[in-house]
Amino acid sequence: MNKENRKPVLELKDLQKSFGNNHVLKGFNLQLYEGENLVIMGKSGSGKSVMVKCIVGLIQPDSGSITIRDQNIITMGQKELDFLRTEIGFLFQGSALYDSMTVRENLEFPLRRHKDKVENFQGTEESVKAALESVGLLHAIDLMPAELSGGMQRRVALARALILKPKIIMYDEPTTGLDPITANEIIQLMRSIQKEYNTSSLIITHDVDCARVISNRIILLVDGINYAEGTYEELSNSSDPQTRAFFKN
Amino acid sequence: MSKPNSFSDRTKSFFAEIGDMTFFAGRFFRELFSAPFEFKELIRQCYNMGIRSLFLVTVTGFILGLVFTLQSRPTLMDLGAESWMPSMISISIVREIGPVIIALICAGRIGSGIGAELGSMRVTEQIDAMEVSGTNPFKYLVVTRILAVTLMLPLLVIAGDTIALIGSAIVENLKGDVSYTLYFNKVFDALSFSDVLPATVKTVFFGFAIGLVGTYKGYNCAKGTVGVGEASNSAVVYTSMLLFIIDFIAVFVSDIFFEL
Repeated sequence: MNKENRKPVLELKDLQKSFGNNHVLKGFNLQLYEGENLVIMGKSGSGKSVMVKCIVGLIQPDSGSITIRDQNIITMGQKELDFLRTEIGFLFQGSALYDSMTVRENLEFPLRRHKDKVENFQGTEESVKAALESVGLLHAIDLMPAELSGGMQRRVALARALILKPKIIMYDEPTTGLDPITANEIIQLMRSIQKEYNTSSLIITHDVDCARVISNRIILLVDGINYAEGTYEELSNSSDPQTRAFFKN
Repeated sequence: MSKPNSFSDRTKSFFAEIGDMTFFAGRFFRELFSAPFEFKELIRQCYNMGIRSLFLVTVTGFILGLVFTLQSRPTLMDLGAESWMPSMISISIVREIGPVIIALICAGRIGSGIGAELGSMRVTEQIDAMEVSGTNPFKYLVVTRILAVTLMLPLLVIAGDTIALIGSAIVENLKGDVSYTLYFNKVFDALSFSDVLPATVKTVFFGFAIGLVGTYKGYNCAKGTVGVGEASNSAVVYTSMLLFIIDFIAVFVSDIFFEL
């Protein structure tokens, strides 16, 4: 991929975040390009989730800049941020489905306010069905989240993240807590969605198989900084033992 | 954040929480008058908090009227003042006991429910998911709930007071041979505008307090199941305390305006 000719859709510069004396991010940098699958790997507690929550404005960074499609989200007002968020899909680690609503209502929820921003909007019912069809769960449309298995919940959450046809999708540990077969199904689903919706994806994971199958590029987040960056092959065959350690199953 | 241990830490933490809650209330009023308005969710919450609490409130009100009359009867009989029974019961229930008891019942049912529901939504990242989807969760979850309790509590108290008076009338009818017509004539003679208005107005504040504390505790719930339990529990404890403070202020203010 020729990165020099492309503008990043998402760019983090010198991102810093501390919680008291715990300095989680110490100047983290990242560029995500259009159509790219960028994987962020790091140990538990290394600040991967904090970083991704900074990107969607759930956590305010201490310093640095976050630019999404040429707009700095840190200086943005709430309304502009809400508008920009419609261009970002976010898959939470625990799915975060609204447990008092059915699957249908979960998917309708983001459309209540933002259906006018969806390209070629076909109507709420059609959009919900199309999103559920793309994750293979149309039959579960009237079920409650509690009636779904962990893998199905993850797929519904993915359908909800897709409902506004976002340009960027962020996955926070998409395969954590799933059995290997279901995890593989989710990974294949992520690949097919990337092709179908032509999205750029930022994937936070420590699942080596997930990183191998899906990544175009990997960044290792260690001690709050970019420790290493490269393709799966480059990093897994690195001469640095700490880098190689991430890729041992 | 570690838990405060010393007295001064706990005092600081207490006042910090009062300050946070004041800002939270301020945000409620800001968001209340700004579009978009979540009418559908407001109606749903009014149904959940109003209609679904009605059974509990009516049962409590009925027993309250029944027991209160049974307990007061012997003393009034000793004094030869049985005829004062409808006046005494109605003024006590409408002015004070009805609103306070029903508000406390609702603090238990509604306040803890809101605290637990929003707390578990916070812990399971559902509130974050709403925010990320470009919906204002404060408006959808907090404003609708506070408004629903504020609107519903006065109605519940009116229903509870009415049922309590019916309970009292039944006892008087059975034990004192007082007809229902006579009983309620005496009740309406005894009650005046200065009894009903301040009592109803204070229930609006009671409702607001239940909604505010419940949503504040749930919305700012600490991580984990312990956090949800604490949010639910402290919502009830704080609200109960706040209800008595509001009641004291309401009686004090009523006394200035209506010379109780």
